[in-house]
Amino acid sequence: MMEFFEMGGYAVYVWSAFGLTTLVLVANVIFARHLLKRTKLQITGQIRREKRIGTTNK
Amino acid sequence: MTIKQTFHKLGSPRSFDRLASILIPWFLSISVLLFATGLYGGLVYAPADYQQGDSFRIIYVHVPAAWMSMFCYVLLAASGAVTLIWRMKLADVVARAIAPLGASFTFIALFTGSIWGKPMWGTYWVWDARLTSELILLFLYFGFMALQAAIDDRKNAAKAGALLALVGVINLPIIHFSVEWWNTLHQGATVTKFDSPSIATSMLIPLLIMFAAFKTYFFAIMLIRARAELLWSERKAKWVCEHPEVRQ
Repeated sequence: MMEFFEMGGYAVYVWSAFGLTTLVLVANVIFARHLLKRTKLQITGQIRREKRIGTTNK
Repeated sequence: MTIKQTFHKLGSPRSFDRLASILIPWFLSISVLLFATGLYGGLVYAPADYQQGDSFRIIYVHVPAAWMSMFCYVLLAASGAVTLIWRMKLADVVARAIAPLGASFTFIALFTGSIWGKPMWGTYWVWDARLTSELILLFLYFGFMALQAAIDDRKNAAKAGALLALVGVINLPIIHFSVEWWNTLHQGATVTKFDSPSIATSMLIPLLIMFAAFKTYFFAIMLIRARAELLWSERKAKWVCEHPEVRQ
């Protein structure tokens, strides 16, 4: 098992490369989901605002 | 339904949104499975390289990321062409969704390459043709995103971005052939050549699985971003206001 983590003496290089890749890929999932969620909330808010303006004008 | 009707339906924002929300979970789960298999294959199953030892395993993130960085650019430029020729709104939406992902893949390719370069070449960075042209690719993505952010008018932003993406296509053959045209420190192609790949099958299979993992991952995230962009640009449309995920 230790042998696996040592990567033949290249542990620092191999694990930092894989670690950074994981970080960037996971961050992209989080950002994309956040963007979609925020967009939906913004649109919901906008519809609500328009409804409120619509009722006061009547 | 004729091909033309199918195409037209796919091009309608509402159908695109519906199709995307069905496809996203599929792409995501397949991608997770492929990543698990590919990582096992690359880190455990594949034997150490006779010259580079275990450091060669960086190939399993470096090369798929580099391929994806170019694949994304081809898509970005293609959507740019569609935006300019047919003024299709979806093309602009897709382009906006692709750019940050393309930039991410380019960054991964550059960064992991740099980490790989240290033990193998003795340096993190060298201004050789392959590395420099890949860095230019990163700046092209940044340029595209900066243009989108700087121009308020959506149509003008789309046009300017499309133009930049199309002009930047010239960089793609430069990246690909740089290792042949110039005397680079970067090694030549091992997989994408006309004769058989000069890589052992036990090393190649995990690489291809990782490539499939990156690709399905890309489509999942691109579609999530595209949905967000599309909902926002269509926010005045009836189908968005009545959308079950938007309606309060």
